[in-house]
Amino acid sequence: MMHSVLKTDGAPSGTIHALLRRLLEEGVVDALLVPLRVASGDNTVQTLVRDAHRLAALDVFAPVMPVTTARLVSAITMTGIKERVGVVMRDCEIRAVVELVKLQQAKADNLLIIGVDCPGTYEVPDYADLMRSGLDAAGELLAQAAAGSPQPHAGKAFRTACQMCEKFTPSHGDLRIHLFGDDPKERIHVEAADELAEKLRLEAGPPAQAREKVVAEMTRQRAETRDRLFASFRERVKDIQGLQAYLSTCIRCHNCMVNCPICYCKECIFRTPIFDHESEKYQQWAARKGAVRLPTDTLLFHITRLNHMVTSCVGCGMCDSACPSHLPIATMFRAVGQEVQALFGYVPGRSLDEPPPVATFREDELEGIQ
Amino acid sequence: MAETEFEPRIIAFLCNWCTYTGADLAGTSRIQYPPNIRVIRLMCSGALDPVYVSKALLEGADGVLIGGCHPGDCHYQTGNYKARRRVAILKSILKQLGFDEDRVWLRWISASEGRLFADTVTEMVAALKAKGPNPLKGAWDI
Repeated sequence: MMHSVLKTDGAPSGTIHALLRRLLEEGVVDALLVPLRVASGDNTVQTLVRDAHRLAALDVFAPVMPVTTARLVSAITMTGIKERVGVVMRDCEIRAVVELVKLQQAKADNLLIIGVDCPGTYEVPDYADLMRSGLDAAGELLAQAAAGSPQPHAGKAFRTACQMCEKFTPSHGDLRIHLFGDDPKERIHVEAADELAEKLRLEAGPPAQAREKVVAEMTRQRAETRDRLFASFRERVKDIQGLQAYLSTCIRCHNCMVNCPICYCKECIFRTPIFDHESEKYQQWAARKGAVRLPTDTLLFHITRLNHMVTSCVGCGMCDSACPSHLPIATMFRAVGQEVQALFGYVPGRSLDEPPPVATFREDELEGIQ
Repeated sequence: MAETEFEPRIIAFLCNWCTYTGADLAGTSRIQYPPNIRVIRLMCSGALDPVYVSKALLEGADGVLIGGCHPGDCHYQTGNYKARRRVAILKSILKQLGFDEDRVWLRWISASEGRLFADTVTEMVAALKAKGPNPLKGAWDI
């Protein structure tokens, strides 16, 4: 990787937009999957761009994540592509792509991954509010990047998953855009794969001196929040009654599953005929127990989703954002995931070379389980 | 009149090639063991989705026994190793969600171990009697 410093002259977004535009115009990639601001101005959405003219609406630092890009990468690469696609992603999205590649749900061969430092993201309605009020939501956070720990706009909060995210700088990527530790209004630091740096004619430069310290302090603060949220989850879910109370307002919409980058099954077991019961069955259950909550199997749904994907949970928090009841699902998945992943020394998204725990085994392990 | 003793109900998922055949041998050898077990035959312990184990517990089963071939003896080479990982994950999740994960047992019992099968069921029934009934028995709002 080569380190380079880009002078921004007061326009950090413009500088990066110009760099991304060059990727497309100079044929380094055939397409870009990037955030574009919609015409109404109050949302920014991932968009697959082939024509560089469309990049006028580019909004690469918008602090909002309506969907996780990992699902889109799966969609556009799953059955193979000839085109080379540059994809702008936050680290949670990159880590989810790593998991999906290992789960054979995406192909990374023709991807040029562009990782961006992430200060945190707002829920979509909060972001829309801020934009409608005329605020430059991205600029407000960029202005705080040098010192680190950017704070959300007064009266709004970052998504809970972001508040407890301790992996917010790009861990993989051919091009990595660094914001923390220097003033983006003057300079943005980038790291590029050597071949890419050459194609883009980037000049070698020194890394931001304060970056390491700033990132370490942010990581410490986020980890503190994470540990506090995990502790409160464990305090609440001490027994089954606690679990029932934690999930009491679940409406069984399956939104958490639909929006999860790791829940990739084309036909989820909860949407198969396994859960289409004979009408008479409901009467039998009600008779046996005296009463039965409908729809049935609320706890089973969450427990099964944990079993199926918690080893690969990257903590993007899309489950939280998708929940109409605002259930803290991501906190549950990350807290439970912490212990389950530790059983196998597995860190989701860390490496393409480590098989997911459910796809492999060792002969000499888990002797105590039997 | 004596109070009826609690009789645990165990759902057993047994692999076709080893533990199910071991259970068969216990029967043909006329080895006595408690009748608290309801057997579901699978082709392989590695074919067991944890959803079925969770469902059994949520519906009030007092225990779940998963039986497979000894490590290295799987009819499909590696299914039991995969089952072991899934059970380890399941037990960790159950424990963290406030369930008693010791109601789930994974045991390797071969086709020639009819005695071990009978002993395992006897031991499990005693352990579950000591624990008492599954607190979820009769729960309507799960």
